[in-house]
Amino acid sequence: MIDPVPYKPEEEGVWPPTLFPPYTSTVKRAPRQPLVYIPQTLSEVTGPVYGHSKLAVDDHDLTKHHKGEPLGERIIVTGRVLGDDGCPVPNTLVEIWQCNAAGRYRHHGDQHDAPLDPNFSGGGRVLTDAQGNYKFITIKPGAYPWRNHQNAWRPAHIHFSLFGPAFVTRLVTQMFFPGDPLLALDPIMMSVPDPVARDRMICKFDIGLTKPEWALGYRHDIVLRGRNATPMEH
Amino acid sequence: MSKQTPSQTVGPFFHLDLPFEGGDVLVTANTKGERILLEGRVVDGDGEPLNDALIEIWQANAEGRYDHPEDAQEKQIDPEFHGWGRCPTSQDGVYRFQTVRPGPVPGPGNTLQAPHINVIVFARGMLRHLTTRVYFEGEALNADDPILARVTDTKRRETLIAKKQNGGSAVYRFDIVLQGANETVFFAA
Ligand SMILES: [Fe+3]
Repeated sequence: MIDPVPYKPEEEGVWPPTLFPPYTSTVKRAPRQPLVYIPQTLSEVTGPVYGHSKLAVDDHDLTKHHKGEPLGERIIVTGRVLGDDGCPVPNTLVEIWQCNAAGRYRHHGDQHDAPLDPNFSGGGRVLTDAQGNYKFITIKPGAYPWRNHQNAWRPAHIHFSLFGPAFVTRLVTQMFFPGDPLLALDPIMMSVPDPVARDRMICKFDIGLTKPEWALGYRHDIVLRGRNATPMEH
Repeated sequence: MSKQTPSQTVGPFFHLDLPFEGGDVLVTANTKGERILLEGRVVDGDGEPLNDALIEIWQANAEGRYDHPEDAQEKQIDPEFHGWGRCPTSQDGVYRFQTVRPGPVPGPGNTLQAPHINVIVFARGMLRHLTTRVYFEGEALNADDPILARVTDTKRRETLIAKKQNGGSAVYRFDIVLQGANETVFFAA
């Protein structure tokens, strides 16, 4: 019997702790018992495989979900999904959600006093291609206030959800924009211990991706847990 | 070499994209196996229900085969069952899946894992998702399951066992307690 080849462990300093009191909602929601470490079995190295059939042509273009163009700065967000072994992750589902240019989510729970945009819903999805590339067209989200502490504002961000090939490669993260003065004040971003790892959540402006007279281009690679070398035999 | 991207919370507004119609129904009329309803409540350290959590499940089919290229067992794939579901919690913190009871799958070495469903919990206030497993009350294979054996505290091990509900033919209850006296066991692999 050959055991599955395990995925590499979470990198030191990269994954935030469950309890991070500056982000106050963690206080009642973080488990207090330590996580129980288990070997990676067939259950951990398999995971859902998503089919192309469930995606519509314009799912990746959030500016085309209504009759008119949404307000705000049109942007292209593109990059690769990789494992930390350097291998691209093909045919994996990437889902995003975000607020509009004014900083308002189309969500009943969003109480921010900023206008909704009738031409923007804020949800998108795409499958990576054979080389792990994905591309979204959207508008730059605004910053928005939240009630975590006095005068708390989230830096502009896009929420990302990714599967990768296995149960253990699942990742939900956020993508931030370069040069945002709110980044250093954001307890969600600052929950990541390693400052270099934090920077990996910030996309890069790319003039080469930028389309003249049309949209600014940002590059953003996302790295999931990759594979170790060889299977262990029993 | 590439370095990993950090996890961040799903926040309170994931409903804009993640939940979808039928995400909580894993079965069709033709799926093989014993139909079960898996349901429970997600609560925080004060016992308050979470109305903004998202539960995902991943499981083998009734024979114990994952619909994934790395499952090389000779068991059959069921074309009417893919084994993945997604359900946001309700206002009362309740999630519910219509699925089948999975078969046993191989464990490390020559062990066998008892029937189980793999669970991911996302929520506002959770910077990283949590993973746990649903095992089934009354299942004889639980006694030899190599993963359950890792949880040495027998009281804590009970948090991983879904309880069969009275009345319902195959309704299993699995509450997820994020913190406190009956805190669910969460795994890292
Ligand atoms: Fe947000």
